[in-house]
Amino acid sequence: MSQLIWNGLFVGSFYALVALGYTMVYGVMKLLNFAHGDLYMLGAFTGFAVLGAAGGVPPGMALPALLGVLVVTMAVTGLAGVALERVAYRPLRAAPRLSLLITAVGASFALEYGMRAVAGAEPRVYPVRLGGSAAEVLGARITVQQIALVVVAVLLMTGLNLLVTRTREGRAMRAIALDPRTSALMGINVDAVISRTFFLGSALAGAAGVMAGAYYGKIDFLMGFLIGLKAFTAAVIGGIGNIPGTMLGGLLLGLLESFGTWWLGGQWRDVFAFGVLILFLTVRPTGLLGERVTERV
Amino acid sequence: MAALEIDGLDVHYGGVHALRGLTLTVGEGEVVALLGNNGAGKTTTLSAVSGLVRPSAGTVVFMGRDITRARPEAIVRAGLVHVPEGRRVFSTLTVHENLQLGGHLVRDQAELRRRVERVYALLPRLAERRTQQGGTLSGGEQQMLAIGRALVSGPRLLLLDEPSMGLAPLVVASVMDLIRRINAEGVTVLLVEQNAKAALKIAHRGYVIEDGRCALGGPAAELAGDPRVVEAYLGGARP
Repeated sequence: MSQLIWNGLFVGSFYALVALGYTMVYGVMKLLNFAHGDLYMLGAFTGFAVLGAAGGVPPGMALPALLGVLVVTMAVTGLAGVALERVAYRPLRAAPRLSLLITAVGASFALEYGMRAVAGAEPRVYPVRLGGSAAEVLGARITVQQIALVVVAVLLMTGLNLLVTRTREGRAMRAIALDPRTSALMGINVDAVISRTFFLGSALAGAAGVMAGAYYGKIDFLMGFLIGLKAFTAAVIGGIGNIPGTMLGGLLLGLLESFGTWWLGGQWRDVFAFGVLILFLTVRPTGLLGERVTERV
Repeated sequence: MAALEIDGLDVHYGGVHALRGLTLTVGEGEVVALLGNNGAGKTTTLSAVSGLVRPSAGTVVFMGRDITRARPEAIVRAGLVHVPEGRRVFSTLTVHENLQLGGHLVRDQAELRRRVERVYALLPRLAERRTQQGGTLSGGEQQMLAIGRALVSGPRLLLLDEPSMGLAPLVVASVMDLIRRINAEGVTVLLVEQNAKAALKIAHRGYVIEDGRCALGGPAAELAGDPRVVEAYLGGARP
């Protein structure tokens, strides 16, 4: 039981990290960035390349090395996200929503098959594995590395939440989410804030990519596809556009999958997750914490 | 020197020719009213001045500086602030956050706090509601918030688009009184209004826009007595 909960929370924190980028971009641009999962894949491959270039990791140094790689990777995927917005989405800002959505799907394919062209189709084995000794906590087997990854994820999410709720930059993001035109009249440089939002969201996805690579040990060019959809599901469960909601949605989805797998068997895991997505979209499309805007005109 | 000089401004929206060579000036320290029917081009004029829409021809000069193709944030930085039609308060942000957003370009935190406090002193109703979401305020309070928010940026010229829209007569009077007080502190005002009577009462000068150009212009008292204005905007002959 506690093992199921722990597994769910662990996987859920990955989902939450990826889902945050989804939700932030949706918040400021009302765009479902289907290429977001592929930035996670790009993160995993960037981490792989950086670790390869560094020429291996001395045993016992896996965790510190991984943290260093994490920082580099976040910068790379962040910039990739900024470039993606600049090239693919900004020219279409005034276009109908459907054009943006189709472009996002196209961007997703471009990233996936671009990576296949560069790195090949075979899965790569990550040079760092986080296995290590496990400890028994309340009947669940937990490794130190798992704890470290969850702590990193929680720190990133807390930092992001503080940024959005407490700072000038976050205030500008929230204003743009509500009304970009009026935000410009406040002296906010809307394009620049959207760029920085893409940077943050993509950097978080990249971080999750490295963590997943190190944890599962194998990466391939299509790894972002499924997690992208899962992150979307997590964002919908929590309320897309809402940051605390999205974190909650990620953790809940992790737990649901963990328990669903236990009850129904592993082959039903994705069916279960997307069943939940459909359920939410029909019954409560605003998600658990999604806000219903109250407005007097 | 004039605060704002608009010369030969042309704006196209898709196939619509919204402004056709509009020309007007606003002197420093003045309140200038811009009157006209729906669709005459009043809002388009303000949007073109504040950089929200790109004019296809003509120039906009603010305090001697050409801002025709400047970005909206550069125009705000220069001291020209646009309070849009329909108030456009950020509905799920608090009153306080709305005011802070008005001071987005004020990097100095202490200065920003001072300016927000000054608005609270001017508009005590907002101070009482500072933690409330903007969308929960009444129409009149939202208008006060929209104007207060613009004041935080420290404007030299304020563009106000239909501040009286949808407000009860008593509230309209208090909004107009607020505009007069702001002007008395040295802020120049360009006021777009359908409520011509209220606008001409506080304006020094006025223009009437028809079909994307200025059809009439002159001192407010003169316009208020002009038979054409009386007929079209002031509800017929006055005793």
